[in-house]
Amino acid sequence: MSDPEELHDHDEAEHEGIHKGGLPYYGKRVMALEALLEEKGILTKDEIQQLIDQTDSVSPKNGAKVVARAWVDPEYKARLLSEPKKTLEESGYGELPEDPVIVVVENNDDVRHLVVCTLCSCYPRALLGRPPDWYKSLAYRSRAVDDPRGVMKEFGQHVPDSVEVRVLDSTADIRYLVVPQRPEGTEGWSEDELVKLVTRDSMIGASEPLKPEQVPAG
Amino acid sequence: MSTQTNTEAKYKAGDRVRVLVGNPPGHYRTPEYIQGKTGTVQRVFGAFRNPELLAQGKDGLPKKVLYSVGFPQREVWAEYDGSPADTLLLDIYEHWLEPA
Repeated sequence: MSDPEELHDHDEAEHEGIHKGGLPYYGKRVMALEALLEEKGILTKDEIQQLIDQTDSVSPKNGAKVVARAWVDPEYKARLLSEPKKTLEESGYGELPEDPVIVVVENNDDVRHLVVCTLCSCYPRALLGRPPDWYKSLAYRSRAVDDPRGVMKEFGQHVPDSVEVRVLDSTADIRYLVVPQRPEGTEGWSEDELVKLVTRDSMIGASEPLKPEQVPAG
Repeated sequence: MSTQTNTEAKYKAGDRVRVLVGNPPGHYRTPEYIQGKTGTVQRVFGAFRNPELLAQGKDGLPKKVLYSVGFPQREVWAEYDGSPADTLLLDIYEHWLEPA
């Protein structure tokens, strides 16, 4: 059990933090930079808020819809792979930035992809939103390149030796989205039903999409 | 494309290239683990602002051509025990490559 004294001390420490201004070092630093950018007329508070809202409005569902459509429409998939920016803009993404460039890769019977950014946390935010914490971890970033099969196995994905594992280390201006293989037993499924199978991790290539029996009810 | 530049690609898909070694050692946009390795150009992406100059607050010009370069996993990691067919693809700027 906790010592009541300790609890009390803890409370005191938190109060002190709040009275001192609360923010940790980097928080203060960001606030100071923001204030300077505003003062110099480079950015306004509204613009910053807009960018935050824009980033938060994207979720893996956005990417899942693209994948599900690619599964049911071969012509769309071909265009998505050859001209991703144009194709995504036509399917309701609005205007995407010129840089970073989105590249879409497809898993098939011969090859499966795994995306990582060993240098930082480059991620197709325009399609999947913010990256998960594990994607930014040192453990994932180092092991995805030298033991991709081990990592994929931990995510529940067993890749036969006859299939090439192709790791994409996005070290520059390219952001990769993986179109996983459509699960068996989904013949005749609608796009809306298929969307439920496309998980965030399957579009990074770490795991496979859900199987029909794994779809949560409702 | 994000190119709007005349920068011509020195390499094409299929060309063998060696990745240069950073000197002095430091944080470059080309990871240390691939420096000194030999690979094959998979794809030419076009020209982009040089991130190493952007990181110094400069304009990143002239733009540098960016490639996808592929390496067999077994040639990157001495102890790699996955399939011999496994590959690793990295995006590397032209000034980091030399013909191999």
